[in-house]
Parts: sequence; structure tokens; C-alpha cells
Amino acid sequence: MADVVVEQGRIARATGARKGSSLRNTLGRKSTVAFLLTLPLILLIALLVLYPAFFSLYLATLNKAMTKFVGLGNFTFLFKRETFWMVVKQSCIFAITAVIFKALIGFIVAHFVHNIPGKKQRKWRGMLLVPWVIPPAMSTLAWLWLFDPSYSAFNYTLSYFGVGPIPWLGETFWARFSVILVNVWYGAPFFLIMYLAALKSVPDQLYEAAAIDGANWWQKIWYVTLPMMRNIIAITTLFSLIVTFANFDIVRILTSGGPLDTTHLFATWAFQVGIQSSDIPLGACVSLFMVPILAVAAIFILRDVSKRGNEA
Amino acid sequence: MADVSLRKVIKRYDDVEAVRGIDLDIADHEFIVLVGPSGCGKSTTLRMIAGLEDISDGDIMIGGDVVNDVPPKDRDIAMVFQNYALYPHMTVAENMSFGLRLKHYPKAEIKARVTEAARLLDITDLIDRKPKQLSGGQRQRVAMGRAIVRNPKVFLFDEPLSNLDAKLRVQMRIEIKKVHQKVRTTTVYVTHDQVEAMTLADRVVVMNKGRIEQIGTPNELYHKPATRFVAGFIGSPAMNFIPCRLEDAGGTLRIRLTDRIAFALPPARAARYNALPRSDRLLLGIRPEHLSESHPHLEPGVETFDTVLDVTEPMGMETLVYFGLDGTPVCGRVNPNAGAKDGAPMRLAMDLNNMHLLNEETGVVL
Repeated sequence: MADVVVEQGRIARATGARKGSSLRNTLGRKSTVAFLLTLPLILLIALLVLYPAFFSLYLATLNKAMTKFVGLGNFTFLFKRETFWMVVKQSCIFAITAVIFKALIGFIVAHFVHNIPGKKQRKWRGMLLVPWVIPPAMSTLAWLWLFDPSYSAFNYTLSYFGVGPIPWLGETFWARFSVILVNVWYGAPFFLIMYLAALKSVPDQLYEAAAIDGANWWQKIWYVTLPMMRNIIAITTLFSLIVTFANFDIVRILTSGGPLDTTHLFATWAFQVGIQSSDIPLGACVSLFMVPILAVAAIFILRDVSKRGNEA
Repeated sequence: MADVSLRKVIKRYDDVEAVRGIDLDIADHEFIVLVGPSGCGKSTTLRMIAGLEDISDGDIMIGGDVVNDVPPKDRDIAMVFQNYALYPHMTVAENMSFGLRLKHYPKAEIKARVTEAARLLDITDLIDRKPKQLSGGQRQRVAMGRAIVRNPKVFLFDEPLSNLDAKLRVQMRIEIKKVHQKVRTTTVYVTHDQVEAMTLADRVVVMNKGRIEQIGTPNELYHKPATRFVAGFIGSPAMNFIPCRLEDAGGTLRIRLTDRIAFALPPARAARYNALPRSDRLLLGIRPEHLSESHPHLEPGVETFDTVLDVTEPMGMETLVYFGLDGTPVCGRVNPNAGAKDGAPMRLAMDLNNMHLLNEETGVVL
């Protein structure tokens, strides 16, 4: 009896020791430690991103009263609606036009700011960042006043030149123009600051070598600046495309999607359908449409980045 | 190919003068090295020739034409930079042909020139690689290749070897010399390394504080320096400067180094220095190789003295000995078999036939 107990104790000790060392081994592996250290963030993302994403997938399969499973019924319903296709079109026009102008303006202004010497440059950089720093909900209100049909400061100024009054938010073309203008105004500083950082990382000697090789300023931009900034441009464009595509506040405040829903984006239309018209499953369904469109864009641009990252 | 001339060239940055009136004539095919300590204005001078810096005053001529206001791309020059400045997104061939492509040369000619330059520099195998995949020495060759394919009037080198390790530097130095022997393009080369300057140059331009101290062949600079700066800068270990005075003793001119040590000057030297006031504060300039161990059969003009060594540095082919003369540190080079030891007394011989005498205040070699 006593022998057995001793035996058992020995066995227990032996397994205990093996267990301890395997735990130490597991902890000793770098990948395990890395996983444990990132675990809080993974949990946070799961809670704030994955759960809502899957929940909206679930919601999109319900009927309006959220009592019955309808499968892809909401999707087929959407495909038949003209407004949906207009929102797709308008979202693309809005995002692509706005990103192109933001990128262009950011690129040009970044060059100007880059050539301002020392201390002055910091002041300009600070001032030019202001549109991006102000919460867009606030600054868009200011724009709303500037576009106001009765007291528009723009129309007041233009009237001196015999132009106008322009129905900034009342006509489809001008309303689209206005929301894009405000989005460009808000987003261009982000491009400016990214491009400025990229410009600073291009060694001066490359420009000097290009100057000696016979390049004019345009050829320097084309053959030196742009290739050196390619990755930053790709990542910035992708990021901005996603954010612009998913824009909500500017359109919501300026036009609420009007006139006649012609300025609606996915987010604002989803809000209108889901919250204001109390069809939450259909709203979820609308918002889910952003995912495949943005995923395709992300895959294309990021694939290019990693390819270039390997060679540069 | 062309000659290059600088006429009273001045460069001012706000209120600082970086280059203070430089006159320099570089002949066709010549290899000129600008050498000096950092901040002496040598790189600025090179960049002004390239057109990367404006000149504040004076004239720069390439091939007889004043190019003061001509942009770099129209000066027909090629430059090799310290960190190579290769375009990272282009292959070696694209890097080398970039200038030709911008000038719309026919494709066949571009290919021929790149192939020829690659062969000359032994980088034919690397032609399709990106700069990132090359070692420092290979990048250096590509940078030179980029200059050669253009077949410019002038090559400009801005400290091209300072990013390489010591062994590679010696190797590339020889490469550069070989390339110049083949292509014979007028070359201006900037370096802070006096060994590079001496080994590469047809003529060396020693610069200091924005001025030219002396222009001459490597041998002239070594044996006939004009100023204390040149005497101290050229040669390694550097020339010794020992405070001294001239004195007359029984009809011979003597040079007194310390209370204890005074030497009679050789007749040629005595004749040269005889007119100097005896009260002038002077410096004796003597290179370490002219301070060696004493032996029984000394030539005329070689004088001996006894000293106690502080430190010795065996270099293999020679031993450097360090000692003090009235507090002035002095370095000599002795035969490794001469028995020099740290802290030991030694009899040394000074070859006064190779001495220099300098005015202590003005630094001018007399």
C-alpha cells in the first residue's frame, strides 16, 4: 500500500515536471509570446469589428419586422430598385472624383510646402492641416451656411461678377459638386502631410543626379519623385478611397442625400433606409454592399505594394 | 572633352563666405584633385562647377564658354556622388542609360554605350540588377558607368570612395585611375584623403578655409610645400614642426632647437636662410622619414642628437618613434632593427638637407 503511494507520488511529480517544462517551452517560443501580447487587441477587434460585422450579416437576412428569416430576399429586392443602382453610381463618382482631387491637390501643395524653408514651413504645415483637424461635423455646418440658398456667401460674392445665384445644394449637379468640394477640402490635408513626408524621404542627391543627367523639373517628378513615392501614393489612395467611400457626415449634414436622393452614398442611404425608415435589415443589407467593392480595391492596390516592396 | 577655368569664384551663404575667390585652370585630359579638411569649400567648388550651386561672384568656364548661368543639364558634365545616388527603382542598365534616354539617343547606340561601359567596369553580369542587390563597390562602379556612358566634357567626383571600406577603397582608387587612363576625360575629384589625392592626381589643389593654399603635382606638394598647412596636410605621419631660431656661431649659420640641441646648416641651406633676421620666431619642418636612427656613415648635412623615446609603434617595415623636444611632440621613422624601445634612450639622425624653415606667425615656408 505504502509502496503504491510512493509510486504514485513519483509518477505525479514526474508528470508535473514534464508539464512545467512544456509550459516553459511554449512560453519560450517567440510566436506564443507575440500572440499573448496581441491578444487584448485581437479581442478588442473581435468585439468591435467582427461581432458587428457578423451581426449585420445576420440582420440582412431578416424581414422588415425582424421576425422571419428571408435568406437573400433583401438583396434581390435591392437589385430591383433604381435608387440602389443610383447610390452605387453616386458612391463611385463621389469617392473616385474626390480622391483624385485630394491626391492632386495634396501632391501639388506638398511640393510648394516642401520648398518653403525651415521655420515658415512648420507654420504653413500647421495652417494647411486645419481642415483635417476640425471635426467634419462642425466644419460642414460652416459650409452649409456658405451654400445656404438665402444667405450664401458664395452667391453674394459671385453676384458682384453678375454670376448666380447658384443652387448649391438644390440641383443634382451642384449638390454633387458641393459634397465633393467639401470632402476634398476636408481630405486634401491628409494627402498633403503624407506626400510631404514621402517627399522628405527622397534623397536630394537623386534630384541632383537627375539634374546632371539632363532631366527638367517635369522629368524629375516623373522619373524620380513619383517612382520613389509609389508605395505611399498607393497606400494613401487606398486608405482615402475606403474612408471617402464610407463617408457619412458631410453628405448627411449638407444634403441628407437630396435632392431626390441623388447625392446619397451607401452610408447615408443605409442610415435613411435602416434608421429613418425603420427597415434595419434592408439598411444592413445596403451597408454590406460596401464590403465587396472595397475589398477588390484593397486587394489590387495592396498586391502592388507588396510586389514593389520586395524590389525596392 | 574640355578644359575648365575658374576665375575669382566666390560662394557666399548669407554672411558666410564658403569659397573666397578661387582661380584655377584645368587643362584638357587632366586629373585634378581638390583636397582639404571638411569645410574647406572643396565640395562647394565642385558643385559650382556642376551647376548644383549658384556662384556668388566670378566666372566658371567649361571648354572656353562661361557657364555661370547654364543649368547642370546643359553643361555636359557627369558627376559621381559620395552615396552613389543611383535611382533605386531602375536596373543597372536603366541607371546608366537614363541620361541618354532623356536626350533621345537611338536605342542601338544607348545599348552599345552601356555594354561598352559595363565591360570597361566589369559589371556586365550585373546589368539587370537593381541597386539594392549590389555591394558598395559594385554600386560605385555603376555610378561611374553612368558617368562614362554620357561621354561628357568633364567628370566630377564628390568623395566617391569615402563610403567604402579601406581595402575596397584602395582597389577602386586603382580602378578610377585605370578608367581615366582609358577615357582621358578631364576630371575634377574631391576628397579629404590626402593619400587618394597623391595617388590619383596629375595635379593636386590643396584648399583650406575657402582658399587655395597650393596647386602642384603630388611630388611638388610633398617636397616643396608653400605653407605650413600644406606641409602638415600632405604626408602621413604628418611633418614635425619644431620651434627654432637661427644663430651665428663662428662664421657658420646654426639652427637652435633647444638649449641643448643646435645644428650647423648645410651650405646650400645656410646660403638660402642667411638673410633672415636672427630674431624671427621660426619653425623647423622635418618629415618623420628624415628623422631616423643614427649610424656610423652619415652623409654631410645629417646631424645626430640624443633623446629618450616616449612611445614606439612597430609597423613592420618601419618603426615610428615618438619623443619630445622641449615639450614639442616629434615623430621619427626608424629601421625596425634599430632597437627602439618605449622609454629607452636613442641616438637619432636628422637629415637637414630635407628640412623646411617656416615663419611661425605667417605659416609661410621660407
